[in-house]
Amino acid sequence: MSTHQHAEGQLPHEPEKATLEGRNKILGFWLFLGAETALFGTLFSAFLALRHNIGDGPSPQHLFELPMVFAATMILLTSSLMSVFAVQAMHRHKVKEMVGWLIATIVLGLAFLGLEIYEFNTYVSEGHKMTTSAFSSSFYTLVGFHGAHVAFGVLWIGLLILQIFKKGLTVVTAPKIYVSAIYWHFIDVVWVFIFTVVYLMGKVG
Amino acid sequence: MKRLLPLMAGMALVLSACGREDLSALNPQGPVARQQLELMKISIGIMSLVVLVVFTICIYVLIRYRRRKGDNSIPKQVEGNHKLEIIWTVIPIILLIILGVPTISTVFGLSKDYSNDPNALKVKVTAHQYWWEFEYPDLGITTAQELVVPTGKKIQFELTTADVKHSFWIPSIGGKMDNNDGLTNKMYLEFDKEGVYRGKCAELCGPSHSLMDFKAKAVDQASFDRWVAAIKAPVEMPKDEAVKAAFQNKCLTCHAIGETSTGSSAPNLTGIGSRLTVGGILFNDEAPVVDNLIKWITDPQKVKPGNMMPKAQDLELTDAELKGIAEYLANNKLEY
Amino acid sequence: MKGDAALAAHAHTVKRYRGLMDWLTTVDHKKIGILYLIAGGLFFLIGGLEAILIRIQLIKPMNNFVSADTFNELITMHGTTMIFLAAMPLLFALMNAVIPLQIGARDVAFPFLNALGFWTFFFGGLLLNISWFTGHVPDAGWTSYVPLASPTYSEGAGVDYYVLGLQIAGIGTLLGGINFMATIINMRAPGMSFMRMPMFTWTIFITSALIVFAFPVLTVGLVALMFDRLFFANFFETAAGGSGVLWEHIFWVFGHPEVYILILPAFGIISEVVSTFSRKRLFGYSSMVFATVLIAFLGFMVWAHHMFTTGLGPVANALFSIATMLIAVPTGIKIFNWLFTLWGGSIRFTAASLFGIGFIPTFVMGGVTGVMLASAPADYQYHDTYFVVAHFHYVIVGGLMFGIFAGMFYWWPKMFGRLLNETLGKITFFTFFIGFHLTFFVQHFLGLLGMPRRVWTYLDGQGLNGMNLISTIGAILMGIATIVMLINIAVTSLKRPNAANDPWEDGRTLEWSIPSPPPEYNFKQIPLVRGYDAWWKEKMEGKKAMTPAEPPGPIHMPSPSILPFFMSVGLFISGFGFIYDKLFLAIGGLAVTLICMLLRSVFDDHGFHIEEHEQEKGVTA
Repeated sequence: MSTHQHAEGQLPHEPEKATLEGRNKILGFWLFLGAETALFGTLFSAFLALRHNIGDGPSPQHLFELPMVFAATMILLTSSLMSVFAVQAMHRHKVKEMVGWLIATIVLGLAFLGLEIYEFNTYVSEGHKMTTSAFSSSFYTLVGFHGAHVAFGVLWIGLLILQIFKKGLTVVTAPKIYVSAIYWHFIDVVWVFIFTVVYLMGKVG
Repeated sequence: MKRLLPLMAGMALVLSACGREDLSALNPQGPVARQQLELMKISIGIMSLVVLVVFTICIYVLIRYRRRKGDNSIPKQVEGNHKLEIIWTVIPIILLIILGVPTISTVFGLSKDYSNDPNALKVKVTAHQYWWEFEYPDLGITTAQELVVPTGKKIQFELTTADVKHSFWIPSIGGKMDNNDGLTNKMYLEFDKEGVYRGKCAELCGPSHSLMDFKAKAVDQASFDRWVAAIKAPVEMPKDEAVKAAFQNKCLTCHAIGETSTGSSAPNLTGIGSRLTVGGILFNDEAPVVDNLIKWITDPQKVKPGNMMPKAQDLELTDAELKGIAEYLANNKLEY
Repeated sequence: MKGDAALAAHAHTVKRYRGLMDWLTTVDHKKIGILYLIAGGLFFLIGGLEAILIRIQLIKPMNNFVSADTFNELITMHGTTMIFLAAMPLLFALMNAVIPLQIGARDVAFPFLNALGFWTFFFGGLLLNISWFTGHVPDAGWTSYVPLASPTYSEGAGVDYYVLGLQIAGIGTLLGGINFMATIINMRAPGMSFMRMPMFTWTIFITSALIVFAFPVLTVGLVALMFDRLFFANFFETAAGGSGVLWEHIFWVFGHPEVYILILPAFGIISEVVSTFSRKRLFGYSSMVFATVLIAFLGFMVWAHHMFTTGLGPVANALFSIATMLIAVPTGIKIFNWLFTLWGGSIRFTAASLFGIGFIPTFVMGGVTGVMLASAPADYQYHDTYFVVAHFHYVIVGGLMFGIFAGMFYWWPKMFGRLLNETLGKITFFTFFIGFHLTFFVQHFLGLLGMPRRVWTYLDGQGLNGMNLISTIGAILMGIATIVMLINIAVTSLKRPNAANDPWEDGRTLEWSIPSPPPEYNFKQIPLVRGYDAWWKEKMEGKKAMTPAEPPGPIHMPSPSILPFFMSVGLFISGFGFIYDKLFLAIGGLAVTLICMLLRSVFDDHGFHIEEHEQEKGVTA
């Protein structure tokens, strides 16, 4: 079913697209992201429908601290840039450099998660819990799902770094790196929407 | 052919069963239901045409082009025919326009809000598991299970629920509208003729969803005014002290009657003796009111599974108290 | 293949299983198709039994055959099981059995995910139906409206089974959708452009796109309901600012595309069957393709026609009425294209073609009641009555099920190497056809005469008795037809598997150019496609086989794996944990699944090769 390019032991320029399995994986993953778009789209719709119903809880204006959220945004955007550099290094077959950029990606990802956990903790102590109101439930579900996606991504890319150490960069491991990078960019784009719809619109009311 | 037989049977049914005057959407007794039936007739007319064309071509094709024995020829392979394809795209669009225009005008017509119309009567409908509460805010009246309305007037309904989603439907008078939690839906109906019309709940609401019938009783304006006066008249408590005590302590915690209303989580009992049913489904022309009341109070769960009212023995009602309350309520009638 | 790396790839031991292990570990689309057929068939029988019990309860007024609570459980499970666990899996069975063959491929793009999709569907369905044994059965309807389904009004675990069972089964469906889209995009044989694909392949392609965009919406709704029920969230709690109408929107944004997911594959099957058994190419192929795309697109724009009485207001109701009516246009185009395929043809009546031809008038009847329902003010009368029940059973049973029966009879020899018995098949057809119309035609009138739906019983003396009796008799006839079908399957399985490559002799598409059943690798050499109806084209030019597009050689196959099975077991256990509030089960089950994912990522699948000399073995001409 697959054809391996073994001309003089050299990796092709875009190793992730060199095999049918690789191309299938990339296409399949874009389709999966289509499904994820529908998923987050619905979460956003529910949030938009419920965001004004704060019940007895604190209002978004009161809760959200834009400087911290802005910092988190910058961290996540930078981590996305790191993953772009990683794929570029992969195309130039610079394995050590690629791994370096991947480590940077997940370190920044972890920083983002740390800030978010701190943020949620603060909210809970201010009376904004999952059970408080329709606004709070949809907030935690939307932002929490995104955070879960970031956490999964960090674990996944971490695992891939270990696999690169063990197996090296091949036509089998390259699609995995490429696909994880697309995933990382996707959750970054989702975050931009969250920043706008949840935090900025929340502050403005 | 085999498929025509059930079709013929169905047609026969159509001609013979336009349905009951008090229950069928095909036998409208009010202007709203009549408008809706008109739309149904337009759509079924157009669609019958479509069905006729499709069935005719289908039957013709199956007879004319069936493979004869021993025939192994390959028929001419046809890619398509532009003219035909345009015809069967354009004609359906035209048919849909014929249906679409009256649809849109009726949608807007039926959504008219008569809340501020002095000639309309406002009724707030609150649905419960498994009974209907009717409040006439401009008249200061609350009743249950039987909606009394004057003929010839726009009745402006405001629909909501006290628990789960229900749907308010009087088929022979007009279509339904849902009773949503935390929201109010507005719908108007109008009753042409005097009579009693059957109402149904049309949204799954629990085990007794199918038993949540109510009645809409349309009377002339004079009768209606008499009903309003009768329902507002003071109601005496039971004469017997024991029965009175039982009634007040065990029934009026949830129910209300006359001016001595207390509870509001259960149906209002004023005039219950002259209603057509007890519990919505025990008909008072099939058994005496008092018997129906005893049957109901003894074990409401048996009549309507899952409803909120406790059994007589859980309320510690003695047989004498039960009989006394039933007789008292059976005699609580409204003259109008 | 040259080089040391190539030798190394051959050097590992080939893992092959037999018997039960073969079926538990298979990643072969043909076997997975059979698994879907068996599981879907079993759930169909369960759903059918639930239907018979419902109809027995309704045979006469004020009946007490089952209690009101049990009745609400029966209608909920009947709808949920039939749609998610019977209809869709039976379609997946045909998709799996046929699509790779029709496009000239050796398997789907992701064989491992294909197996995972099956097992998650199976365990999700198992979880849902185990509720019958635990006594906590979902009972808020297959649409599970809130507040009825909220923790306040459904305190027991019933709705939790619904929420978790469907989430798990839904994963399988989503994976299938992604798989078939990628397969059809990337793995068509050389020469098979998009406009040379068979109609069934087109409809599966579009259906898969619908699945990819519609199922995640349901997932969010189920997650939100789960959070309300398990973690006291407030998505749908009005007192805390939630909205029950929001559930309706989310559910139907999924729910409407779902019914197109159900019917488009049936449309594809009808196109194949009508074309083959009239010996004519499909009339108007390009407009059929265009109509399918249009139906799918419009299908996302009409969801609120399920909510005409919810109170969205006249503007919304008017817009959704018009949008809904528009879908009739591309659907009508399809009906006429089928009729004109038959026109001028040489029509052969077999069980397969009877179901295909019986589909046309029956589905049209269902479609026209759909247009009637589209008119919002008229729908104020029809909504939530037996009129709607009649409509959707006409399109789902008279449409989809007829299509599935047609597909089963048509492709049975390709899947099993044996033709189903024609006489028994014809008995099944006529009994089912008559029973179907008896059951559901009268229901249109029941609705108009004042009978709401989801009613446990009805009062005497309302003029509803006779038609309810007729309806129940019809249901029993359909039950008999199903039993005859089961007998047919049993009797056929005892026959010797000696079906020809092209048993109907008039096959037009690639699956009929290879043995019945195909060898493990499908095509010894990937074929060269030279036009639409690729196999027919070659036959008409006197060829006995397809022209190959590659030289013969060793064929690389994916390895079997037990991981999909265990991943699904993990989700099943986790589901129980969430339903009964046992955290260690919930987390533990998920951990099993995640560990399996880890193993899959870490241990690469090198697959194995079927050498040329092995390819000759067991190939029947």
